[in-house]
Amino acid sequence: MTREQIRKTEGFIALTLSTLAAFLGLFWLVFILGDVLVHGIKALKLSLFLNDPAPPGVEGGGLRNAFVGQLLITLCATLIGVPVGVLGGTFLAEYARGRKIARLISVLADIMVSVPSIVIGTFIYAVLVRPIGHFNGWAGAVALAIIMIPVVLRTTEDMLSLVPWTLREAAFALGAPYYKVITQVVYRGAATGILTGILLSIARVAGETAPLLFTSFNNSFFSLDMKQPVASLTVTIFQYAMGPYDNWHAQAWAAAFVITVFILLLTITGRLIIRWRYK
Amino acid sequence: MPRTAKKNPVDNIFSLVTAAASFSVILLIIGILYVLVSESSLAIGKFGIWKFLSSTDWDPVKESFGALTNIYGTAFTTLLSLVIAIPVAIGIAIFVTEISPNFLKGPIGAAVELLAAIPSIIYGMWGLFTLSPIMSNHIEPFLKKIFGAVPLVGILFQGTPMGIDILTASMILSIMIIPFTASISRDSFNLTPSVVKESAYAIGATKWEVVKNVVIPYSKLGVFGGVVLSLGRALGETMAVAFVLGNNHRITTSLFDAAATITVTLANEFAEADTDIYLSSLFYLALVLFVMSFITLAIAKFFLLRAEKKYSR
Repeated sequence: MTREQIRKTEGFIALTLSTLAAFLGLFWLVFILGDVLVHGIKALKLSLFLNDPAPPGVEGGGLRNAFVGQLLITLCATLIGVPVGVLGGTFLAEYARGRKIARLISVLADIMVSVPSIVIGTFIYAVLVRPIGHFNGWAGAVALAIIMIPVVLRTTEDMLSLVPWTLREAAFALGAPYYKVITQVVYRGAATGILTGILLSIARVAGETAPLLFTSFNNSFFSLDMKQPVASLTVTIFQYAMGPYDNWHAQAWAAAFVITVFILLLTITGRLIIRWRYK
Repeated sequence: MPRTAKKNPVDNIFSLVTAAASFSVILLIIGILYVLVSESSLAIGKFGIWKFLSSTDWDPVKESFGALTNIYGTAFTTLLSLVIAIPVAIGIAIFVTEISPNFLKGPIGAAVELLAAIPSIIYGMWGLFTLSPIMSNHIEPFLKKIFGAVPLVGILFQGTPMGIDILTASMILSIMIIPFTASISRDSFNLTPSVVKESAYAIGATKWEVVKNVVIPYSKLGVFGGVVLSLGRALGETMAVAFVLGNNHRITTSLFDAAATITVTLANEFAEADTDIYLSSLFYLALVLFVMSFITLAIAKFFLLRAEKKYSR
């Protein structure tokens, strides 16, 4: 073979391998989602949403407690995490704009986004579970909120920075104090972006399991009391999938299906909004 | 910031509230560190630092604990998953930036990123029910037949393939980190100025030579940052590996052995720890994991920031 042919063959092989890699990525996505879909739909029944769990080994029952518990914990986490995140992001993008401290907090928040969530679970166990003496729903909600704060904070900071400075100057020129400029001009300009960030952060924590394992734990009974252990879908999936009963496995697949669909819808909606608004 | 802003009392309050909210990030990091250190002080006092990190004991009955088996499991699965994931992720990035027709770029990039949105518990469950049987029935016996008798490499392929082992866990981890590495590599590749690429084409380079000799060297800082970031995420991954790793506190050399990572140990044993020293040792493990992943992520961030600075010039 001539030198040119060798170079061309080498290029052809490398590019083919890259193409195969891309299809491998797609293959995994289709494989995992398809598997969850097939198993999940088979096990999906209305009773799953209406009944509480049957005793172990007994057929029937549902996961009403876990669906409600999951919503409750996620809602409380959102109520704690979003205000802190949005306000924190406001400080970085507005009052501390360009200062070293804003830079530092921004970098630390980026790191916190990826810190192992199970470590946050152990932290909350020490702070909110052991002093109280038993697992409780609030502990789970706070653990999720801690995961949420840096995510919301960073997106808020980025979205506020996208609002043109001249818009603020126009409001200052009318004599508005800075807080009015922020709440009435900047927030409005960045509202879509901030909301999208919140959606994506909810999607992020809704699938978290590790921080709930030893905070909100699990509860086989229907309970709305956040001071007691609260069941969640993710912890229930873990328990059921590791359990010995086929009935449990089927319910775990159904729960996995519901939660995957919920999270993917949130994520895709968020991405579409960003694409539509900012590109 | 306009100077008049400071004079308004409401404005002062609002700025203080926002400042408090953003300082919560720093407080949380310090708080986590402080709580983990104080909770593990019992174990730190009993086992010390070096002895804990280097001991392979994990015996709740004799109350003797060491982190080495867990650290070994974490390092083994993480590195193996990186070895599997990096070539695929970079391949995806090359495909999306250089090969793919324009109408496929967006959809394929988005699809790969969707992998990152799937919750880790789904990966774990899928791994347990679907991937693990495939691994134990087809892939692992195949690997064993090929490599089992090869000297040196053969050590990695000893034992009975059960599907609940290091290889399966690493496979799942690799699928999970592919989207991170791929999307950061893609973004870095995209930042290569087309003038530089065009000049390489102009002297007759093939597409692959442009990628290999121009694009990758130009964007290596960003790609490296992306790899380290994936490493940091893989270190702390819990549920995806908890299902398929077993919980085996021994140092094993075969890919077909069960093992334990720090996260798996915490997930399986934390709620059941019955003695103070047991719980304290688990907190100690969590502290080790927190410090490890924090440092890794900080390094990743450092490289990504440097890359950003370089490209924005």
